[in-house]
Amino acid sequence: MTKAIVTPRGAKPNRIGPSRIILYSILVVAAVYYLLPLYVMVATSLKDLDQVREGNIFAWPLRAGFDAWIKAWDTACTGLYCEGLKVGFWKSVQITVPSVLVSIAIASINGYALSYWRFRGSEVFFTILIIGSFIPYQVMLYPLVIITRELGIFGTLPGVIFIHSIFGMPILTLLFRNYFAALPVELFKAARVDGAGFWGIFFQIMLPMSIPILVVAIILQVTGIWNDFLFGVIFAGTQNWPMTVQLNNIVNSTQGVKEHNVNMAATILTGLVPLTIYFISGRYFVRGIAAGAVKG
Amino acid sequence: MSENYSIEINDLKVAYGEVVVLENMNLSIENGEFLVLLGASGCGKSTLLNCIAGLLDIRDGEIHIKGRNVTWEEPKDRGIGMVFQSYALYPQMSVKRNLSFGLRNAGVKRDEVERRVAQASEILQIEPLLNRRPAELSGGQRQRVAIGRALVRDVDVFLFDEPLSNLDAKLRADLRVEIKRLHQRLENTMIYVTHDQIEAMTLADRIAIMRGGLIQQLDTPYHIYNKPVNKYVAGFIGSPAMNFIEGTLTMGDVPVFTSGSLSVPMGEYALSQTLGTATMEGVTLGIRPEHVLFGDAAKGAPFSKEVIVEVVEPMGADTLVWAMIDDLSFRFRVEGQLQLRRGDAVTIGFDPARGSMFDADETRI
Repeated sequence: MTKAIVTPRGAKPNRIGPSRIILYSILVVAAVYYLLPLYVMVATSLKDLDQVREGNIFAWPLRAGFDAWIKAWDTACTGLYCEGLKVGFWKSVQITVPSVLVSIAIASINGYALSYWRFRGSEVFFTILIIGSFIPYQVMLYPLVIITRELGIFGTLPGVIFIHSIFGMPILTLLFRNYFAALPVELFKAARVDGAGFWGIFFQIMLPMSIPILVVAIILQVTGIWNDFLFGVIFAGTQNWPMTVQLNNIVNSTQGVKEHNVNMAATILTGLVPLTIYFISGRYFVRGIAAGAVKG
Repeated sequence: MSENYSIEINDLKVAYGEVVVLENMNLSIENGEFLVLLGASGCGKSTLLNCIAGLLDIRDGEIHIKGRNVTWEEPKDRGIGMVFQSYALYPQMSVKRNLSFGLRNAGVKRDEVERRVAQASEILQIEPLLNRRPAELSGGQRQRVAIGRALVRDVDVFLFDEPLSNLDAKLRADLRVEIKRLHQRLENTMIYVTHDQIEAMTLADRIAIMRGGLIQQLDTPYHIYNKPVNKYVAGFIGSPAMNFIEGTLTMGDVPVFTSGSLSVPMGEYALSQTLGTATMEGVTLGIRPEHVLFGDAAKGAPFSKEVIVEVVEPMGADTLVWAMIDDLSFRFRVEGQLQLRRGDAVTIGFDPARGSMFDADETRI
């Protein structure tokens, strides 16, 4: 019997060619490259100090336990006090939540006004705002210290919230303006004919349509403010230091034994909040960034 | 200001920066009139509509609605309702809340809101849809809701900004008739912007054909079709477009139009202006494809000629035929059942009285 000649018919067969193999190999290497440090952190944090001293960082934890985690949260020493990270955690919450709310509230109104209620000089105003997002923070630190001191909020929670709200403004305004600019302008016209005013259109029409971009703004701000170290250490005052500052104090303490397992646990604990946010909302994040980037 | 007019626009000027879109625009629209603003994109028709609605800032001039100067008034205070091309329904509200949004903003009492929403949805037959969201509606239903939103406001003037352009051909034809019925029932003033000449011809009491921010001709569909004031209007209205033949008009006892081997006696043509005795160069004679006579009918016409069929486009009800006259491509419409082929020799003719002539400046003569 002769072999039947295969003529092309039906669905095209899926063949794995050399380019596929190379592609997947690179992806696997990239994944290992990023996952390995994470493995080391988690493994080390679960080890006891004896095993840490053996020095094999890739070893599987033999007597796995959460002792280091508990110590990092509850009793690790940050400078003079030995109350763990929990103090910093609550301070970070107190700083992050109001900062996120205030900055998003103001930026969404800014973006809405700039895309729909054009006024004389609104383009100039927008340009100045955007330039603001390109200037390195460090340049403005000293003047800001003086400004907050004059306002009487230096070294207080309102002080650091004020700073975070201001620095979130340029990028968030850009985000919201671009999102609103991509919505059909006829919606705005229809609402005006229907007699809705500035706030009516904002709250009844625009805000309910802004869920995707609100999610993006929340992710950006929560992670940004939670991870911030510089503003926290300068503007919050010693009694209000956020988690990141306390983490630094634990890890960089020069007295006693280097407790690598506690340091690793403390670092994971601090990074847990932004990590959780990314895991929950990664999908929205990508979608919203794309949505906000359509129009310049 | 006269009470007979629903809308009066005096010396309107609109400009974006240095670019002047409308200038010295004057327009009076009678009570209950259906006026269509027709033109190619960029001619200023939507700009004019947005000015009437109060959605665009004007540079100069005034706008009166129902004898009231509304030039500086907000859109909501002008007594207008507007329907947009993209429907512009509020996506997160139900149909019912979409309809009542304007009334709730105006602080209308609840039972009155209910009554008007019920009435509008009955007229437009959207009662079963009241609790749905816009995303759950088809294109035609959405546009009906958009019309309903203008309807509930109980206004004197309806503004339509290309309301049917986003719909497919069949729905467009259906809704076109519905809009006409609606106008006959409500009898209020409607201004309708479109680039679709069929919509303009079928709906309008009067059509304003715009080009480059100027109204070329403001007249009834009948006059615009039969007596276009210039070559642009003649070419814009009518599908397939009018045939244009360039040539010379020789005056005499019987004026004669000549072009190449063509010689058309224009004795029956009603000149719209008295011309001198001089010969006019650069004259254009326009004949609509549907006014061209064919076969036996052509032989009795004041002008007839034998031509060779070049292309045949059968469309069912009728057939469009392309033929060459000298080096000019000439199209005419014949009855759909005629079986013509490429290369057939046929006799065509026309009555010059049904044609249009334009001088070198493209103005009707």
